[in-house]
Amino acid sequence: MTAGLMAEIWVFALAVFVGFEVISKVPVVLHTPLMSGTNAIHGIVMLGGMLVLASAHGPALTTLGFLAVVLGAMNLFGGFVVTDRMLEMFKAKKKPAPGGKP
Amino acid sequence: MTFVFEFLYLLAAVLFIVGLKFLSSPARARQGNTLAAVGMTVATVTLLASMLMSPEPVTPGNLRLIAIAIAVGAVAGAVGARRVAMTDMPQMVAILNGCGGGSAALISTAEFLHMSHARAGADTMFGCIIGSISFSGSVVAFAKLQGLVSEKAINSPVQKVVNALLFAGLLGLVGMLAFSGGGAPAFYALLGVSLAFGVLMVMPIGGADMPVVISLLNSFTGLAVAATGFVLQNNALIISGTLVGASGTLLTMLMCKAMNRSLANVLFAGFGSAPTATGGSIAGATKSVREVSVDDAAVLLANIQSLIIVPGYGMAVAQAQHSVRELADLLAKKGVDVKYAIHPVAGRMPGHMNVLLAEANVPYDQLFDLDQINPDFERADVALVIGANDVVNPAARSDKTSPIYGMPILDADKSRHVIVIKRSMNPGFAGIDNALYYEPRTSMLFGDAKGAVSKLVEAVKTL
Repeated sequence: MTAGLMAEIWVFALAVFVGFEVISKVPVVLHTPLMSGTNAIHGIVMLGGMLVLASAHGPALTTLGFLAVVLGAMNLFGGFVVTDRMLEMFKAKKKPAPGGKP
Repeated sequence: MTFVFEFLYLLAAVLFIVGLKFLSSPARARQGNTLAAVGMTVATVTLLASMLMSPEPVTPGNLRLIAIAIAVGAVAGAVGARRVAMTDMPQMVAILNGCGGGSAALISTAEFLHMSHARAGADTMFGCIIGSISFSGSVVAFAKLQGLVSEKAINSPVQKVVNALLFAGLLGLVGMLAFSGGGAPAFYALLGVSLAFGVLMVMPIGGADMPVVISLLNSFTGLAVAATGFVLQNNALIISGTLVGASGTLLTMLMCKAMNRSLANVLFAGFGSAPTATGGSIAGATKSVREVSVDDAAVLLANIQSLIIVPGYGMAVAQAQHSVRELADLLAKKGVDVKYAIHPVAGRMPGHMNVLLAEANVPYDQLFDLDQINPDFERADVALVIGANDVVNPAARSDKTSPIYGMPILDADKSRHVIVIKRSMNPGFAGIDNALYYEPRTSMLFGDAKGAVSKLVEAVKTL
């Protein structure tokens, strides 16, 4: 086992705890935006596709890399835009609140 | 230079963590999303810079392909995300998640081919298996929510055998690729078996449980991305993927808790696969329901002190949230105290109903969650149930044989009158009949949510 791999395992293990800790108290209202927000974050897979495509030789690897980047970019951009649309509405409703109360 | 790149990746990771933290508080959620997007930009620019400055820089041809691929994906994703209706949000999240999973599976495959070994590393196989399951599972979830495939839970003993065989095959292939070396054919077989596994995993699950499944698949994709991070030795991918894997798992648990069920129960129980025997005599012949006309309902609603509206997925499907708000505003002007009772799993995703009502500009302070509103039902003159079913089914409190026994429900049946707006007497999403409809205090107003509520609005206006 190389030192590099060990360091990666450290990063992985600590990230598990951070992931649990960071959303431990989330109100139900935000479950949907949070799901789509985390969904956007794993869009970082696009970077993996870029790495593959950058070093690709031959049609097979190039095609795989290209598709990986396209799918990753859809995940990434779609995820952030859709989350923002949802959260925008949460904010917009605060305006009518003062006058809207019976 | 490598040091600078590593530092920038760390900055991106910190932005993701802070972004997630903000996403779980209502006031700062939107900022959180923006922070995460900034983090993503930092990571992408860093990667591009490192590619150009590396000893073997990326060829202009490949660089152009990268730019084209990003542009194609970005336009497709962003346009889809802009256009999708708020009611279709669960499908959208499912399909975006499938994209991520598919991408991870493709990366693993490419890396396997690139290495051109007979054997495959644990990280490569993990990325391939989990990514494929997430991809095909998400596609099935999308098809179910979109109505392309039957929403009913499909369950058969044959399937359990097939699942077991697939699982055994999966283990065999993993063993082969890890030790003896099966080469490309074994790897393709692994890909195929994993895809089939994803389909069969989601197929048996009923529409009502789809949010939990999507959340689970979301965390799967996170883990698959983390695995590709190990394959490509990139810390940014490992951290982001793991963050999503861990937080997604916790979110899945929280959703299960809101329904008072375990994850195993959701995945394997085939919930809602068949109409249950609960109160089996409810054949319509023995029990009768009371119907109410629009005008009578309008008169009743206009002359009460307090009203609690219980919206459900039926309201969302009919796009009735705007009419509902109009009705609520009219009644409020007449001095009725209007509140909304939001069940944690109302709609098709937790929090879905809040999003839909927010879209219709319903004031935030009129929305109440289960624990806040339940004591109020006893004092409410009318509970107006619009397109909701299982979340107000008293069987969850009393009937131990009911599949939803133990699920926390809204106590609509405790208010003085209950008006239920419903298309027909068909049982709801989970295929369970509802005793609330046969209560003497309950009146049924048949019609689709939008039509019925619009008519109520007109009727109240003329009073």
